[in-house]
Amino acid sequence: MSVLSETLVRRQGTAAHRLTLGLLHDWVVTVDHKRLGIMYVVTALVFMVIAGLEASTMRLQLAWSGLHVVPPETFNRFFTMHGTTMVFLFGIPLVFGFGNYLVPLMIGSRDLAFPRLNAFGFWVFLFGGILLYFSFIGGDGLYGAGSAPAVGWFAYAPLTARAFTRGNATDYWILAILVSGFGTIATAINLVTTILTMRGPGMTLRRMPIFVWEMLTVSALTLIILPPLSAAQIMLLLDRFLGAHFFDTQAGASAVMWQHFFWFFGHPEVYVLILPGFGFASEIIPVFSRKVVFGYVTLVAASVGIGLIAMSTWAHHMFVVGMGSTLNAAFAASTMLVGVPTGIKIFNWLGTMYGGKIRFSTPMLFCCAFLFQFLCAGLTGIMLSAAPFDWQLSDSYFVVAHFHFTLIGGLVFTAFAAMYYWFPKVTGRMLSERLGRWHFWLFVVGFNLTFLTMHVPGLLGMPRRIYTYAGDRGWEIWNLIATLGVPLQVLAILIFVVNIGVSLRRGAPAGDDPWDAWTLEWATTSPPPPYNFEVVPVVSSRRPLWDLKHPDDPDGPHE
Amino acid sequence: MNEAWRGRVGMIGLIIVESSLFAVFVVAYLAYLGKSLNGPYPQDVLELPIFNTVCLLSSSITIALAVRALRRGMLRRAGLWFLVTTVLGAVFLVGTAREWWRLIVGHGLTIGTNLFGTPFYSLVGLHASHVTVGLVILTLLCVFAFSGALARHVERAEIASWYWHFVDCVWVVVFTVVYVIGR
Repeated sequence: MSVLSETLVRRQGTAAHRLTLGLLHDWVVTVDHKRLGIMYVVTALVFMVIAGLEASTMRLQLAWSGLHVVPPETFNRFFTMHGTTMVFLFGIPLVFGFGNYLVPLMIGSRDLAFPRLNAFGFWVFLFGGILLYFSFIGGDGLYGAGSAPAVGWFAYAPLTARAFTRGNATDYWILAILVSGFGTIATAINLVTTILTMRGPGMTLRRMPIFVWEMLTVSALTLIILPPLSAAQIMLLLDRFLGAHFFDTQAGASAVMWQHFFWFFGHPEVYVLILPGFGFASEIIPVFSRKVVFGYVTLVAASVGIGLIAMSTWAHHMFVVGMGSTLNAAFAASTMLVGVPTGIKIFNWLGTMYGGKIRFSTPMLFCCAFLFQFLCAGLTGIMLSAAPFDWQLSDSYFVVAHFHFTLIGGLVFTAFAAMYYWFPKVTGRMLSERLGRWHFWLFVVGFNLTFLTMHVPGLLGMPRRIYTYAGDRGWEIWNLIATLGVPLQVLAILIFVVNIGVSLRRGAPAGDDPWDAWTLEWATTSPPPPYNFEVVPVVSSRRPLWDLKHPDDPDGPHE
Repeated sequence: MNEAWRGRVGMIGLIIVESSLFAVFVVAYLAYLGKSLNGPYPQDVLELPIFNTVCLLSSSITIALAVRALRRGMLRRAGLWFLVTTVLGAVFLVGTAREWWRLIVGHGLTIGTNLFGTPFYSLVGLHASHVTVGLVILTLLCVFAFSGALARHVERAEIASWYWHFVDCVWVVVFTVVYVIGR
């Protein structure tokens, strides 16, 4: 008897073992856009937690004057790794992960145009991410463990020259971002091709969901702006390894050249991160207001407009360089111009909510907070676009507060909304609303405690990237409040992670269309089958599911 | 849109990416023109690579002939034209190698010598590396044309030829910037 059960256990054991191996194998070799999308988003969240912990350590260090929580070298490495991770290993994969998952479903396609290229993009990105973090042990060639790039996320020349940053940490930064950039470019080409050539029957460009429009804009923008970063990084590699002089002032070159190349990428990059956030909001707000999105055409035109203007604003990061008044004025004007299409969008969302039957579920709560916070970010953005104002506050905590309002208030809040909104589609189960509300309120309060407060020490003259500060500047109380917001945000993220874990096992079954939504992804099962749709629905308006549910009152004639 | 456009749009996307990449190196070249603090200077050492340029530009015509032959189902002929294209590309590459040999050994100009060598070798080298990738593609096209496998993939051969045309166009820009304006 015991022998029998032992064999049984062993056999079950091997079966379970085989099952795990099989699952792992399935995910590693997959070329399915949905699985790759999930892998992108999960990886992005892991990197968000890592970079968040780095940020928390920095906040702890700055909580009061004269603290020594971490050594100064570690502080420099942390702010470099935090920025690099959040932009390249959290923001980009999050955005393209959602694009990967949602775009084919939304346009009625069975996969992306080049599925294998898609898998290549993901694995190359992941390799880049691991390479960057390997620098913590490998940056000094293994024996001097604890090294990592410490040149800031925009790695200004000439600090990055061999003479000023020895060791290989900076090379890890260059290679990791270069390699993950190739992955991003591959995915961008893939998305552009998919959206342009693989739309389902009846899905004309004028009927595409706004999110797909945003992804098209963002991917096209990526094709133009990411290669300059790669080029600049190749130049930096040549400088560091072959003794070239691209950024070497001693040989007559200009260190400002790096700033131009970097920000020609760097500024449009924030639109690459923010426009998909606008896309999330534009999908979620109408569904929870029970109204058609207000001013579809203007919303799309504003997005494409932002994408175009984005490429002419980069030097507003360089007002303090001394470019001369003509260039300063031109870049100030183009920067202010971005405010116009962005303002149009705010009115689109308000107009959608106006007179609607609003349901304040968690996705909608995050979208509402997004509207307030992004408005705030836009207003400080307009302030900073005036060159004289920027001279006063450039590289201060006011700027830090501004771009955290843009990227957290704009991207992270809408991304959380998106996760609550599409989680049922991806997993077949709802996330808990109760935990979702805790997540929302803790995060809103924590975020504003930290970053709204952070404007003040900036106005009082506190520069960014300082290790510590003297006690007589009046900065301490503001820094303390900013740091007190951190535990609330950490708790919120913890609740979110618990929510995912619990809901995956015990969440309420979602059904195909839990929110009574209108875009095509809700027409298929949750989770969707590998082939997405048994029969690809024929689209005849911007709300194909409304037409299916209300054959007596289709949208088409009203558009 | 039909399936053919999938590959075409993908290739156009790649060409946009590559154009953006080259643009930055061209901008760097132009921005540093005449800024070098020590010699050798471009006007002292550069010679117009006329023969090279003729080879590369005519290879655009031969690859177009190859694709046309392929469209008409004349595989052997297409293979021969692909072969001619490959040889022209290889001649161009040998020409670049000879130029670099002359500059490095004869004039002592390397990428680290001065602010002329740095953007010169980077820009010309970036283009040459694209020619090298193109030669690999061309060799494959050649082999598959003679083996007959290409008969089912005319569309792919055409898309590959777009890449080669692009490499040619870039050379026109590099030639103008480096050898005409910069000399």
